[in-house]
Amino acid sequence: MNENLFASFIPPTILGLPAAVLIILFPPLLIPTSKYLINNRLITTQQWLIKLTSKQMMTMHNTKGRTWSLMLVSLIIFIATTNLLGLLPHSFTPTTQLSMNLAMAIPLWAGAVIMGFRSKIKNALAHFLPQGTPTPLIPMLVIIETISLLIQPMALAVRLTANITAGHLLMHLIGSATLAMSTINLPSTLIIFTILILLTILEIAVALIQAYVFTLLVSLYLHDNT
Amino acid sequence: MASVVGIFSHSSVSVPVKDKKLLEVKLGELPSWILMRDFSPSGIFGAFQRGYYRYYNKYINVKKGSISGITMVLACYVLFSYSFSYKHLKHERLRKYH
Repeated sequence: MNENLFASFIPPTILGLPAAVLIILFPPLLIPTSKYLINNRLITTQQWLIKLTSKQMMTMHNTKGRTWSLMLVSLIIFIATTNLLGLLPHSFTPTTQLSMNLAMAIPLWAGAVIMGFRSKIKNALAHFLPQGTPTPLIPMLVIIETISLLIQPMALAVRLTANITAGHLLMHLIGSATLAMSTINLPSTLIIFTILILLTILEIAVALIQAYVFTLLVSLYLHDNT
Repeated sequence: MASVVGIFSHSSVSVPVKDKKLLEVKLGELPSWILMRDFSPSGIFGAFQRGYYRYYNKYINVKKGSISGITMVLACYVLFSYSFSYKHLKHERLRKYH
């Protein structure tokens, strides 16, 4: 049972070739583009949602920060669709792999920080020391602030991986518990089944929220550095 | 399927018909028909593009498209993922001896 529990997180392969690439390339098929002003229902709803999220996210940035709007909106759409597709039965979620989340987090964070250091050095360095600290504490606080800066991409990646993986594991466990209890004791099966339904609703929320949090934090790092 | 040059997403793009469609090919001619198909990368990509636009224009790009247009795609995705995970799912069957 232990081997089976984590077997759904192994990236699928076709004869040794990674089929995970095909699965990562699948969400764009669900988001068509159009050159017309009035479209079919699918494109209209998607464009409405994208307009809503992009307005909500990009109002707090100045002109220089808004050049990142394409990147951030496509990021939140990618993470949200990938997480939601992973809730379908038997499907593979790419965001459970730490490698992919690191590949998303490190370049975005590094880009924001390097942009800040190139344009406004004084402002960027000022983040290392909060205002109003007593003088003897300064060396230690600079070290602590440096560490907290360097840990930001790690935290981004690990947060997304851990949340999605933990949710999937919980659903596996409670689902198999429901199945096992169905022959033993029926009322407790109903209780566990209710827990499963609640957990599924939570997972849908977590899928969306994690996308939002990831993108929000990247935009926050961007705001600090523009 | 007709061979085309360039992107085609709707039928008003003019199409030179070089070969017959699959349902018009007689059974004895099937091997030669398969050999006549364009199996180059651009040919295969064209086949995927034609298939995608056939589905898109029939189910999604209509005035009152319903949710079944996208639900069929998700159902196929579930079956596709099931075929990948069959290898380790078969150990979880309810059998006395595995």
